[in-house]
Formats: sequence, structure tokens, C-alpha cells
Amino acid sequence: MSDTKLPIYLDYSATTPVDPRVAKAMMDCLTLEGNFGNPASRSHAFGWSAEQAVEKARQQVASLINADPKEIVWTSGATESNNLAIKGAAHFYSKKGKHLITLKTEHKAVLDTCRQLEREGFEVTYLEPQDNGLVDLNVLRAAIREDTVLISIMHVNNEIGVIQDIEAIGEIARENKVIFHVDAAQSPGKVKIDMQQAKVDLLSLSAHKTYGPKGIGALFVRRKPRVRIEAQMHGGGHERGMRSGTLATHQIVGMGEAFHLAELEMDAENERIRMLRDHLLSGLKDIEEVYINGDIESRVPHNLNMSFNFVEGESLIMALKDIAISSGSACTSASLEPSYVLRALGRDDELAHSSLRFSIGRFTTQEDVDHAISVIRSAVSKLRDLSPLWDMYKEGIDLKSIEWAAH
Amino acid sequence: MAYGEKVLDHYENPRNVGSLDKDDSSVGTGMVGAPACGDVMKLQIQVDQNGVIEDAKFKTYGCGSAIASSSLLTEWVKGKTLDQASQIKNSEIAEELALPPVKIHCSVLAEDAIQAAISDYQNKQAEHKKSA
Repeated sequence: MSDTKLPIYLDYSATTPVDPRVAKAMMDCLTLEGNFGNPASRSHAFGWSAEQAVEKARQQVASLINADPKEIVWTSGATESNNLAIKGAAHFYSKKGKHLITLKTEHKAVLDTCRQLEREGFEVTYLEPQDNGLVDLNVLRAAIREDTVLISIMHVNNEIGVIQDIEAIGEIARENKVIFHVDAAQSPGKVKIDMQQAKVDLLSLSAHKTYGPKGIGALFVRRKPRVRIEAQMHGGGHERGMRSGTLATHQIVGMGEAFHLAELEMDAENERIRMLRDHLLSGLKDIEEVYINGDIESRVPHNLNMSFNFVEGESLIMALKDIAISSGSACTSASLEPSYVLRALGRDDELAHSSLRFSIGRFTTQEDVDHAISVIRSAVSKLRDLSPLWDMYKEGIDLKSIEWAAH
Repeated sequence: MAYGEKVLDHYENPRNVGSLDKDDSSVGTGMVGAPACGDVMKLQIQVDQNGVIEDAKFKTYGCGSAIASSSLLTEWVKGKTLDQASQIKNSEIAEELALPPVKIHCSVLAEDAIQAAISDYQNKQAEHKKSA
């Protein structure tokens, strides 16, 4: 344990470090000696060479998701992709109807975009997931109406790591002639994405969750059958008019290289990460009163989300100062609200307040996990010694029988 | 969120953690907050015949600032009369610990806790006199 470098990063779902191989490819696209040209410059070799690099990256991104490179539109990241997909499709198809369906556990980039559309006169149904975080397909089917134009459901949840069955959802959407958008920011390199198999019309991607740089993402826009979206960013007509703006060659090359590495290495890497995650889980699950949030089977191997009952999440994170993790209790983000994702799973506020998200990645070691287990165990025990709720639990008092003064 | 030095100190080395016998007539217990809101404070005071708080103990479920607020409170109330203790204001706690605005509610909870402990003690004394 002595050779473990502190602090330990276990927050790969927030962002990943750029893989050194990716950084190298990016650095070759910046200076005078490098590939710095504007990919849109058609009149000289600098432009041609930059365009070539961009198209190679487009091929690499398309390859990971088994799509045609022509179906890839570069954006600034998954937030922009989600905005472009949802607003773009909703606006384009608004003559057909103004009803959208999404899930309560979506990322804010989807939920907030839907809220904006509501302000513009669209109607949105927010589906409640099952207790394991997965959408009930019958509930989805029942929510589809004559005027439904878009279903937006994420692939891998950022907080609890559960994987939605996008193939099954795609079938339902296609049967009902509804456009299907998937936020797949958390999926590349973690779970197979196959656009030949899944009837997904629009799919949002991000580079920085997969060892690429921040500030670059992509939107898959299906060509067969063709899906139309209204541009949200207007200008020089780049990306076939769907997203104007000079292409950031170095960022795009970084995303391409990152996705290429993911394609080559994901099978072996996921095997290793699954072993680490299972090791972490087995080191924590025998602590009294701990709960796993979200389905443990239909889940990426990188994620573990647990609630430590009778311990408040923010104080737990404070005790774990040499481990970088995130709390489901968004106390840290100043809103003092417990995670809306865990609330949507039907978790009590108490358990939602007591949750931690561990996310493991490419550079996590066995020693890191061993160290994490030992400090978490001692922090939970220390904080329970401090907790009046733990005392009451030990005395056999049902906390729900008490009339708490909410404040 | 970055914590102030004093919050960290109380959090790392909380003072007066523990429990007193809640059935003892010289002990007042205040339990405030709610699990659903993410913080519950239990403050207990032991009061001598002269109305002076001779001991104080706490247990807190909550963030670092909530733990620090209650730990500091136990230090402050010891040796004070009930009157003096009841005059402790949340703003003094917040100032001493340099709590950021989003954590002011932790100091409010601490003030509520001492008020609740004092009134529990006083109710017990009144009961005690009645039955005596």
C-alpha cells in the first residue's frame, strides 16, 4: 500500500485523464511544424492535411459505434450533442407533434433541454424508472401518443452506471415511428454500441469520459432511414449544415485516437476493471446497513454506487480526503438536495444523502482499491460512532416512527 | 467545497462526543433536524444545582459543518448558566467557524439544539417538582 500515490482518483465517470497516446496525437496538430491548418481550407495543403486528420478521426469514432463516418457530426461535447439532437429533432418534426418522452434519471443536459422545450410549448413525459434504475418497456410503450415525436433515453447512467436496453427501446420507437435519441456520453469503451443493430436515430458522444480531451464530442445522425434535425448553431455550414464552426483539429484528432484505443482495448480493459470493481464491492458489502444503488447486473463494470446508512455523504467524503469520489448527495453543489437519480429509484432521502459513487478506470490499481476499502471502512465506523441515528438504529428504534421537524 | 481550518479541526477531533443518561433529571436532551434533510443533531447537557452546565455531549449526523457546529457548541456551553447558554446565537457559531452561506443552516441547527436541550431540562425539572 505504501507505493499508492495519494490522492487516489476514483471519479472516472466525472472525467478521465487524457491517455498519453492521445495527448501525443493532439500535440501534433497545433504548431507551425504540426498539422495546424483549417480543415475547411480547400485551396492549400495545410487545409487538405487537416481535413484528412479530421476524416480519419471521424472514421475512428464511427468504427467504435459501427456507424458510417458520414453519420458523425462534431460538437463541443455531449451537452451540445444532447441539445442539438433534442431541440433539433423536436423543432424539425414539430408539425407532426409536440410530445416528447424521457426518463427522470437522465443527465441535466437532457432534462434541462426538455424543460426549455416545455417553455416553447412542447409537452414532455418524464418516465419513472424501476427501482433498479431500468426503464420498464411497458411503461414506455404506454406513454407513446399519437403526437409523440421523440424519445430520449440514456444508454449508461452517469450516477449508477446502469445500462438501458437501447435495442429494445429502439424497436419500440421504430414501430411507433418516433425518433429515438440516446445520450451515450458514459458508454464508449465501457459497453458495446452498435448502430447497425440498435434502431437509434441520434446518439450523443463525449471524448473526455473515454480518455480523450474535454471540449469535444459528436452526434451520430442516422442516414438510413434519414433523420433530420434543425441546426442550433448557424454560420459557415460546416458538418453538412448541422453544426457550423471551424473544426478543432487537435480536439477531433484526440477524440478519434481515444475512441480508436477504446475499440482496441476495451475487452481486456473491462475485464480488469470488473475485477477491481468486484474487489471493491466485496471489501465493502459486509459493512452493516449498506445498499447498492441500481441494478448490479445490467451495469458497466466501472461503476459502484452505494449508500452507507446513518452516515451523511458529504461528511463521508470529507473523511475520505485522499480519495477522489463523488457524493450522490449534492450537498457539495450547494443545492442541499439529495441525488435526484437516487430519489427517482425510490430511495429514501436518508439513503440518497448517504451515497457515494465510485468510478474506476484505466489507471486504477489493485493497491488503490485496497487503500480505498480500508479508509472507507474506518471512516464509516468513525462517523457512525458520531451518528445519533446509528445509536437509535442499534437501540431498535424505527426512524420512520419519529416525527422529525423538517427544516 | 473547501472547509475552513476550524471546521476541519472540529471535524477531525470532535470534542465531547457521546451520550448522557437521558432519563436522569439533571440531564436535558435536544434532538433537532431530520434525516431526510441530511442532518440530525443530538445535544445533551448535565446541569448542576446552581443551574450551571457542568457537562455537554453531542452526536451529529450531517456534513462537516454540522459536526463542527455541534462540537463547538458543547465547548461553549460548558460552565455557562442556562441563561447564558440560551443566549448563544447561530451567527456567533457561524462567525467562529467561518461557515460559508450555504452552511449557515448548520449553525441554526446548533442554536435550535441548545434551546431544545434547555427546554427539555426545564420541563423535566418542572415535572420533578410536581411529583415531589
